[in-house]
Amino acid sequence: MPVIEAKNLSKVFGKNKKQAFKLLDQGLTKDEILEKTGATVGVNRATFSVEAGEIFVIMGLSGSGKSTLVRLINRLIEPSEGNIYIDGEDLSAMDKQELRKIRREKLSMVFQRFALFPHRTILENAEFGLEIQNVPKEEREKKAKEALEMVGLGGYLHQKPNQLSGGMQQRVGLARALANDPEVLLMDEAFSALDPLIRKDMQDELIDLQASMKKTIVFITHDLDEALRIGDRIALMKDGAIVQIGSPEEILVNPANDYVEKFVEDVDRSKVLSAHHIMKRPETVNIEKHGPRVALERMREEGLSSMFVVDSKRNLKGYITADDASDARQKGITNFQDILQNDIPKVDKETPMTEIFDMIYDSPIPLAVVENGKLVGIIVRGAVIAALAGEGEVNVDNG
Amino acid sequence: MDKVLDFIPSIPLAEMTEDFTDWLTSTFSFLFDPIKEHFGTFMETTSEFLLNIPALIIIVLVAVGAFLISGKKFGLAVFSIVGLWFIYNQGLWEQLMETFTLVLLASILSVIIGVPFGILMSKSRTAEAIITPILDFMQTMPAFVYLIPAVAFFGIGMVPGVFASLIFATPPTVRFTNLGIRQVSKELVEASEAFGSTGSQKLFKVELPMAKATIMAGINQTVMLSLSMVVIASMIGAPGLGREVLSSLQRAQVGTGFVAGVGIVILAIVIDRYTQNVNAKKE
Repeated sequence: MPVIEAKNLSKVFGKNKKQAFKLLDQGLTKDEILEKTGATVGVNRATFSVEAGEIFVIMGLSGSGKSTLVRLINRLIEPSEGNIYIDGEDLSAMDKQELRKIRREKLSMVFQRFALFPHRTILENAEFGLEIQNVPKEEREKKAKEALEMVGLGGYLHQKPNQLSGGMQQRVGLARALANDPEVLLMDEAFSALDPLIRKDMQDELIDLQASMKKTIVFITHDLDEALRIGDRIALMKDGAIVQIGSPEEILVNPANDYVEKFVEDVDRSKVLSAHHIMKRPETVNIEKHGPRVALERMREEGLSSMFVVDSKRNLKGYITADDASDARQKGITNFQDILQNDIPKVDKETPMTEIFDMIYDSPIPLAVVENGKLVGIIVRGAVIAALAGEGEVNVDNG
Repeated sequence: MDKVLDFIPSIPLAEMTEDFTDWLTSTFSFLFDPIKEHFGTFMETTSEFLLNIPALIIIVLVAVGAFLISGKKFGLAVFSIVGLWFIYNQGLWEQLMETFTLVLLASILSVIIGVPFGILMSKSRTAEAIITPILDFMQTMPAFVYLIPAVAFFGIGMVPGVFASLIFATPPTVRFTNLGIRQVSKELVEASEAFGSTGSQKLFKVELPMAKATIMAGINQTVMLSLSMVVIASMIGAPGLGREVLSSLQRAQVGTGFVAGVGIVILAIVIDRYTQNVNAKKE
């Protein structure tokens, strides 16, 4: 069962809600509806589910409704239509008291501008969620301290938030959210107010923390790089509607429509693509059957200056160059043993593009993509450049 | 042409108000009389208590307090010593204590009444829409007008002075409480709600602490308005420095009037700096 499930979750701000929904059904855009009814469509029938332990990223530009959507999840904003289920319980049908209980026990939130209480110390901030549940002082202090330790702020318990840097303040925000050990973390642009270097650190830290915590995280961002970095799945929003949901790779490689395509156009593809996306089928010669003469002939055919050598089970044995092969043929050598070279640059299928750059820059021959000793593909310089430019063919199916 | 205007005969608002006040006085005398009696006695006791403390001790306490709350600076402390000694020197110590009693009690009551109304206003648009014009009315009506029903309800003396001062001086506390709470950043309110706060937890753990500086600024204004009102209240027999000013006015004694006026100014400055410093320090 999914931890969070949203069904046709919608929010329209302003009057004329009914009319606005009617027009939505007729397929009018957000702007047209605003003009005709004066109502603003915040979220338009979002349907999705989030599994336990997953980092689910909701991404969109400002005004796309992502911040509204995350507030619909814990009902900080009342939905106009649709339902939201937490662990199968319908949040939208709950009275205030039940809702408070869910918020206290299952849902925690981290805010864009940290939203720390300036009149409380770091420790008191981290205690807040437990304090309002009337947890005894000793116990809540202990838990809050543990949470602060976890985010690396064990030494700042009695400072006030404004004495800390932005990155540290957001760690406190994270600790406050973790202190009452919720199932779900809602993170609303949690790292957007931080400068890029700190933001990266925080992303790494979140990923590390997640490896041990296994929380269900809904992460809101407008930054595609961030979404690709931390998301297990990404939902892309436009004008209040979810345009596409998929893994980072699916979004990038198979954009559902022009909007998504345009969105991902500028992304740094080197961060998401890895070796198997850009490798080609290798041209090889078989060490058991072929000799230098065949190798030379094949190289001439394919227009290559070197070629990988495998055995009948496609285990990679080495490579030979055209020069060596032609020398060997003149000397009448009929096998590869003497001219076989072994210093092959090898990568595996999951090696990221960023590492491939360095290797291919230094290498006179293509990179070999190897899986369990078997040659599965090669990577040539041209393919790397084409993939970065977003033009080359990118393989998805053989991933 | 004036016939058009005369079409409706003069509305007897003055008579109606009078009748209404009479009705209030007679109907609620069971309420007003005990208040007059007990609260009057309480105020007299308070000012007698203050008068029984030797002036020197009060001056020293005020100076030490000033030194502490102003962040260990000597300015306010020195001013308090010189100023209060001057009032003592002019033989106005008793009047000073009476005025101070009036201001103190009127301000405390204003805050006790004003803050809850401010909270109510901040929580409900309807309440805000109803209370705002009433506050405007209370503040713009010439202060002397309040003295008339005050006399009707409570006779003359300290109690009607406090009553008039309440009406005149409470609005800033109400307004600033409302403003302070409404100014608390939306994210902080969301944060407290997202963690499952109840309404009162949100109010006491987040909103009021965050609005404290603004509320204190309102209280500061309330105290200053109380002071100005208790001076005016001397017209209905409230004792204190105001009465000195009033009697000098009636006898055209420029000198005495000026001295009593300076006394009021000194008291005002000391009270103002005190409340402001309390505010600044706690931030």
